[in-house]
Amino acid sequence: MATYSTNEFKGGLKIMIDGDPCSIIENEFVKPGKGQAFNRVRIRNLKTGRVIERTFKSNESVDAADVLETNMQYLYNDGEFWHFMHPETYEQIAASEAAVSDAKKWLKEQDTCTVTLWDGVPISVTAPNFVFLTITETDPGVRGDTSGGGGKPATLETGAVVRVPLFIDVGEVVKVDTRTGEYVGRARD
Amino acid sequence: MARIRSFFLQRCVLEVDVPLLSRFATTEPAIESFRCTYRGPGSAAGMPLFLQSSPEFFMKRLLAAGSGSIYQLAHVFRNGESGTRHNPEFMLLEWYRTGFDHWALMDEMDALLATVLEGFLDYRPARRISYRQWFLDETGLDPWNDDARAFRSFYENRLGPAPAGMGDDAIDPWLDLLLTHWLEPKLDAGALFVHGYPPSQAALARVANGDVAVAERFELFLNGIELANGFHELDDVEEQRRRFVNDNRVREQSGLETVPYDVHLLAALAHGLPESAGVALGFDRLVMLAAGLQDVAAAMPFSFARV
Repeated sequence: MATYSTNEFKGGLKIMIDGDPCSIIENEFVKPGKGQAFNRVRIRNLKTGRVIERTFKSNESVDAADVLETNMQYLYNDGEFWHFMHPETYEQIAASEAAVSDAKKWLKEQDTCTVTLWDGVPISVTAPNFVFLTITETDPGVRGDTSGGGGKPATLETGAVVRVPLFIDVGEVVKVDTRTGEYVGRARD
Repeated sequence: MARIRSFFLQRCVLEVDVPLLSRFATTEPAIESFRCTYRGPGSAAGMPLFLQSSPEFFMKRLLAAGSGSIYQLAHVFRNGESGTRHNPEFMLLEWYRTGFDHWALMDEMDALLATVLEGFLDYRPARRISYRQWFLDETGLDPWNDDARAFRSFYENRLGPAPAGMGDDAIDPWLDLLLTHWLEPKLDAGALFVHGYPPSQAALARVANGDVAVAERFELFLNGIELANGFHELDDVEEQRRRFVNDNRVREQSGLETVPYDVHLLAALAHGLPESAGVALGFDRLVMLAAGLQDVAAAMPFSFARV
């Protein structure tokens, strides 16, 4: 298995910690003037998303994690798995609910997502930063009110609920920021 | 720099300038010197030379030659040290006071820093605590009596899994780990002298053999950052030789290259070193603290990334 020395540590490097693939967020070199050098790192567990701190003796080696981030097209959900396809090889993979996690409420067929693969198996899915989704349910629109003040909940075709301005109606397509879950605007055709 | 020079001028401490390249290097296992090679007249085959990690050997030779008190703003080099608090090349303010012990030198450091930092930081004379008491206060563990396993379990109970490769036979790596991960982060703003180090971390300091052996070494922490390291200077040539030889043995055991130790320093000690204390202060870190910066690179005109 490939390994990395602590001297190769930098943000984004994928390493194995306690049997889980992790990504380095921050790497700090710590050394008393006359003492042992350490690398203190903040790392994100790519399976759970949890962020932890860990320290290594400098010049120690750490196993590399075979992690690949790839853009794939979302196809469908069969009730148990979410299926994605590589846009060039047409290779298909199935992601579990644990891997899809919070992204699932934004997934619309044919949207391109970032799928993180560990040893070829999807461990996490990131929805596109912005998605365009049709509103399936909301209170009737209030014509002329463009103030945006207050707003109302609206259910989208994927099941997600976001707050939208009062003038928005069922059937309209809205743009949503998936990182914050906030309404950005109406889709322009 | 001007304030430092004027401080020492007033106190009749002589500014010196010693070589950066030497045939010898520090043997300290935790410090790696840059190695380079001279080729030319007198050395067709190539002569290994070392960029100095500290001007201490040359300056102690000057002391033995009768220089009296001396200081220097010296560029020094340490391979492998790069980060927010480290730059492989940096500047030390190093000074030696003949007739001083380390306590008198700490007093002078307080005076120097109050003068140099005026208008930047409100420097108050540093609180003083022994290394042993510091560990006892913060961890309840005694570096002189508790073993590596006690320090391991302290770390694991509070900070999670210990770094791989930390053995249970040597205690010093555990002390360094807790110092950097537990004691240092808990330091308040202000200055703290930590004095009286374990004999295994004596470096070039004398060891006083009281009830327990204590190295007459001290460090200064300012706003939680290690800023200076000083010694009541070892003047015993046989003890110095033993430390050099032992360091190289530790290097071999750890898979590090051994280094030729400074026989000129040994000759100087044999000739006689006056009673003296010396200290090295990281100039770039001082600038960083004075300017309220977070990264030592920001305090340097050309940090490592820009050379």
